[in-house]
Amino acid sequence: MSEDDNTRRRAFRLFDLRRVIGGLFLVYGAILTVVGLLDSDAALRKAEGVRINLWAGLAMLAFGALFVLWERLRPVDPDAVGAEDDPTDSEG
Amino acid sequence: MPHLVTLAAPDLSLDVNLLDYAVLALYFLTVLGIGLAARRAVHTSLDFFLSGRSLPAWITGLAFLSANLGATEILGMAANGAQYGIATVHYYWIGAVPAMVFLGVVMMPFYYRSKVHSVPEFLRRRFNGQTQLLNAITFAVAQILIAGINLYALALVMGALLGWPLMLSIVVSAAIVLAYVVLGGLSSAIYNEVMQFFVILAGLIPVTVLGLIKVGGISGLADKVRRSALGEPGLHAWQGTASGDNPLGAHWIGVVLGLGFVLSFGYWTTNFAEVQRGLSARNTNAARLTPIVAAYPKLMIPAVTVIPGLVALVLFSDLGKPGGHQYNDAIPLLMGELLPNGVLGVAVTGLLASFMAGMAANVSGFNTVFTYDIWKAHVKKDRPDGYYLRLGRWATVGGVIAGVGTALIASGFSNIMEYLQTLFSFFNAPLFATFIIGLFWRRMTPWAGFWGLLSGTVAAFASYILFKAGVLDFGTDLNATFWGAGTAFVVDAIVTVIVTLMTAPKPESELRGLVWGLSDTSIADDSLRGDKAWYRSPVLLGAGALVVGALLYIPFF
Repeated sequence: MSEDDNTRRRAFRLFDLRRVIGGLFLVYGAILTVVGLLDSDAALRKAEGVRINLWAGLAMLAFGALFVLWERLRPVDPDAVGAEDDPTDSEG
Repeated sequence: MPHLVTLAAPDLSLDVNLLDYAVLALYFLTVLGIGLAARRAVHTSLDFFLSGRSLPAWITGLAFLSANLGATEILGMAANGAQYGIATVHYYWIGAVPAMVFLGVVMMPFYYRSKVHSVPEFLRRRFNGQTQLLNAITFAVAQILIAGINLYALALVMGALLGWPLMLSIVVSAAIVLAYVVLGGLSSAIYNEVMQFFVILAGLIPVTVLGLIKVGGISGLADKVRRSALGEPGLHAWQGTASGDNPLGAHWIGVVLGLGFVLSFGYWTTNFAEVQRGLSARNTNAARLTPIVAAYPKLMIPAVTVIPGLVALVLFSDLGKPGGHQYNDAIPLLMGELLPNGVLGVAVTGLLASFMAGMAANVSGFNTVFTYDIWKAHVKKDRPDGYYLRLGRWATVGGVIAGVGTALIASGFSNIMEYLQTLFSFFNAPLFATFIIGLFWRRMTPWAGFWGLLSGTVAAFASYILFKAGVLDFGTDLNATFWGAGTAFVVDAIVTVIVTLMTAPKPESELRGLVWGLSDTSIADDSLRGDKAWYRSPVLLGAGALVVGALLYIPFF
């Protein structure tokens, strides 16, 4: 029972959506930033002279970092959710 | 509301390279990873169907928004932007936000606190099992058909943009959706929806920004729209609606009552695929906040759909012309024109993910209603929970296979699919009539629920078939939708009243918690610490969304 509970907690933590989104955007951001720095003149001309990969990459890095930070600062408390399962866990 | 997308132009293919495919692959690996992780958290049927009622309002709110913000919606709204101009904002500011606020403030407490799993189950509690079954069957059939239409539209997009063969696209997409819904149930469907929302924004914002730069900013865009086929009326939302002399060809009464009331309330307040997002919230307050949290981004979405639509209109002179590109091609054309590899991959990923999220929403709505409202309620009651969890997984498999079948039929008879899609856009109007009367009139009887719903649904079908057969003349499909919805609503209401007067009502004791003014005192207060704060007040935030919506209209009058 308690082991089951532990798995459940780990799963909660592991797939906290903020981590997933944050992680995905950090990776995307890193890729786009590098690509943006190396973009060819043709790519620049296509995007009206804007280094759009670089800007989008940096924005996605910032966004991803924000989500990861949010998860770090306010992690999910598995006890506070699913209060239905445990009626003694009432909050005022 | 669902929108029709057919992309068939031959020269839409994008210049994607390995980098873009890497971005795409990364996304779908993450999605499958979530499915696997979610599987470990899914132990009961409640976990599978309603995410264990554990999600905070920001997740359910974004999922609520994303369940609607499918790719058909985005491409369709950009198309409307190119075709009708600024007036397209009506679909958001009056056609969505008021109904979303109404759902959160008035209706969600009834849904959530009655502990139902689905909209049909609510109908059983308020009316009877027959009403539940009627609604469950029409809903289940509609979800499968819409899932198939989504799948077919997705395959068309993959074919047009990436050059994938139709069959391959259908099978690969269906397999991905199947994998993550079977593994994680509603949780992974919802997680994917929220992720998809951010990824598609990450693709649409660069399109919008670069598009605006290309046409010379907002003022340059306005100038060029004035000189386009749309002209000055394309820049206004309300001007000319007193006479019907505007790009929509609609009167303001039609916009307010037809779009803003019957169509929009019908869709947003009774569509189970939407309501389900609220039901998965962790408590009543989070459930009520779900549609309201979604209302704020919804107000802003036109910036990345209508503006690109207008940009495409002025950039591509053949858009919407016979022999040229269709209006639906607006966003893919801009992507091909403006986005270099890299960010192009992100935009393509967002688009494909959003089609799949749309299909996953249909499938997870279907498996819930099939399991709870058809099988558990009417075929095999009283089985252990594990039985229904397994059944739900099998229903998912069946739903996806049926969706693939529908997609294949759609590829052969695309006209029929177009008709169906238009029909489903006002399919919920009679259901809304039944709900709203049942909610506020406690005398309304169980059989009135059944006959009202049946006659309203038949009326919706009949009006549309008569329109398509040429017996009734509503002019455009858009107008036919409005009249069909209105007819269905009125027929439902009249039959409801007549049958109520002839049959016996339910005793008040059975209606507690289901009807306005009859509260159920046995339901415990489930509020969490912090729910009293002003920023978690549904009424205050809801009113705020309405005010912002009204203010946004000012510069575009």
